[in-house]
Amino acid sequence: MSQVETFYDVMRRQGITRRSFMKYCSLTAAALGLGPSFVPKIAHAMETKPRTPVIWIHGLECTCCSESFIRSAHPLAKDVVLSMISLDYDDTLMAAAGHAAEAALQDTIDRYKGNYILAVEGNPPLNEDGMYCIVGGKPFVDQLRHAAEHAKAIISWGACASYGCVQAAAPNPTRATPVHKVILDKPIIKVPGCPPIAEVMTGVITYMLTFDRLPTLDRQGRPAMFYSQRIHDKCYRRPHFDAGQFVETWDDEGARKGFCLYKMGCKGPTTYNACSTIRWNEGVSFPIQSGHGCIGCSEDGFWDQGSFYDRLTNIKQFGVEANADQVGMTAAGVVGGAVAVHAAVSALKRAQKKTQDKVEA
Amino acid sequence: MNKDSHALELEAELASAQRQSSVYVYEAPVRIWHWVNAAAILVLCVTGYFIGSPPPSVGQHEAYDQFLFGYIRFAHFAAGMILTVGFLGRIYWAIFGNHHARQLFYLPVLNGHWWREIWFEIRWYLFLESEPKKYVGHNPLAQLAMFFFITIGVSFMIVTGMALYAEGAGQGSLYDDLFGWVIGLVGNTQRLHTLHHLGMWWIVIFMIVHIYVAIREDIMSRQSIVSTMISGHRTFKDDRMD
Repeated sequence: MSQVETFYDVMRRQGITRRSFMKYCSLTAAALGLGPSFVPKIAHAMETKPRTPVIWIHGLECTCCSESFIRSAHPLAKDVVLSMISLDYDDTLMAAAGHAAEAALQDTIDRYKGNYILAVEGNPPLNEDGMYCIVGGKPFVDQLRHAAEHAKAIISWGACASYGCVQAAAPNPTRATPVHKVILDKPIIKVPGCPPIAEVMTGVITYMLTFDRLPTLDRQGRPAMFYSQRIHDKCYRRPHFDAGQFVETWDDEGARKGFCLYKMGCKGPTTYNACSTIRWNEGVSFPIQSGHGCIGCSEDGFWDQGSFYDRLTNIKQFGVEANADQVGMTAAGVVGGAVAVHAAVSALKRAQKKTQDKVEA
Repeated sequence: MNKDSHALELEAELASAQRQSSVYVYEAPVRIWHWVNAAAILVLCVTGYFIGSPPPSVGQHEAYDQFLFGYIRFAHFAAGMILTVGFLGRIYWAIFGNHHARQLFYLPVLNGHWWREIWFEIRWYLFLESEPKKYVGHNPLAQLAMFFFITIGVSFMIVTGMALYAEGAGQGSLYDDLFGWVIGLVGNTQRLHTLHHLGMWWIVIFMIVHIYVAIREDIMSRQSIVSTMISGHRTFKDDRMD
């Protein structure tokens, strides 16, 4: 491995034909929303650029991001991306184990200083000096800091790395912390979701490798091309929302007719993701299409937004679990009652004063 | 005898009416704003509540034959825009109108006399003072309430409301450029919805107290209250000082 192979070399070595390669370039251009003129540019980049090494590390997580990634809908895209990125270290996918694996990690860091992409699945717990997640005998947070030091950029895969996900849900006993709050000096791309959509993951990596730059990010550091719109904005049930046709209970007439799941607690209106356009499992379906509301898994702190089945979030700041309307209505009721009592006392006082005035006069 | 006393009473009334004068307090822009704002808030509360808890489904027709929830949301957005423009106009008038128009936008917190007057007003509402004081503008307690419930409250609702509107308008829209930072601040807009709901109840509580106190003071204080917001003139029921 004196000469680093180009992406194209790797693909050809993997038995991919020139024709398939060009198809892949067209598909990628379309997926990224680029015009046909970009197809030859992508092809040229693939043919001339050395493939970019990727280190993929795992903290507190459930591996659902990896599971999603290796199931990228278009098999060609998956094969290409997997072979395209030189996945030098991924303790779930790599053949090596134990000391050999750790040696591979160090080797990649040394060889490609400042040039590799660090993909992080899961997050580091910071309590007890990071002892809640040990990788290779050391706290994961140390491995993360070590690998991040010479990385060109970091991809935060999934809700864990991006926001913390379930292990960071209140009261967060291990102090699980999203990557961007631990690594402060590197460009970080958040690709949230639990897991993220496979095509979104491969799309982000392909974009970075092809154009040698980060995709445009939105305010929260997510690739704008996949996370700039809500599920709600592109939901095929949206006409029922505007019409005022809602599923009232599971399995009612509305549910059978495919009405809007808003009243069943669908988080589509507050969730930025591409599920309603790209969909899942080779574009077969997505949660709302299968009759269940969106749970908002790609949003910050989605475990702490009350039940998945309530439209209004329960808030616990007032001691009891109640949503904003219940809290407000109680407060308004108390104030209303106080006003009524105050009005009654005022009337009595006034009557009393009038009688007194009369007596005095 | 009886007739005489009645004649005397009439005479006294006439004399007092001659002495009593009114002060022009609320100029037309303030009054118009007050009622437009009140109507907008009423529409916003009702439609806003329905947006959080939609009315029962209307499921008899095809979705394209009806637009019920769309109209509810439209009314909410339209009223929100009117409220916003009205509030901006009100700020303009606070700068260019008379000094009463400014009362909503500042609190004279360094003025010891003002704090003592608040204490006096609290005592009046606790039935510990037998006679209220006269105020040409808002009494200090009212000013305090207006500031926190209306100036702060409405500003909060405009900012959070516009941020929620920006979600629908989409990234890159003017609303997103101006208010999208709020979405970044709260992270998950589900939280923003909750805050916006709590804000509504904050203003509902103000409405209850405001309407009650306005009517109560109209009856029990020594000055006009309700009619002042219609005519702009404050009239007083007696000529004694303070």
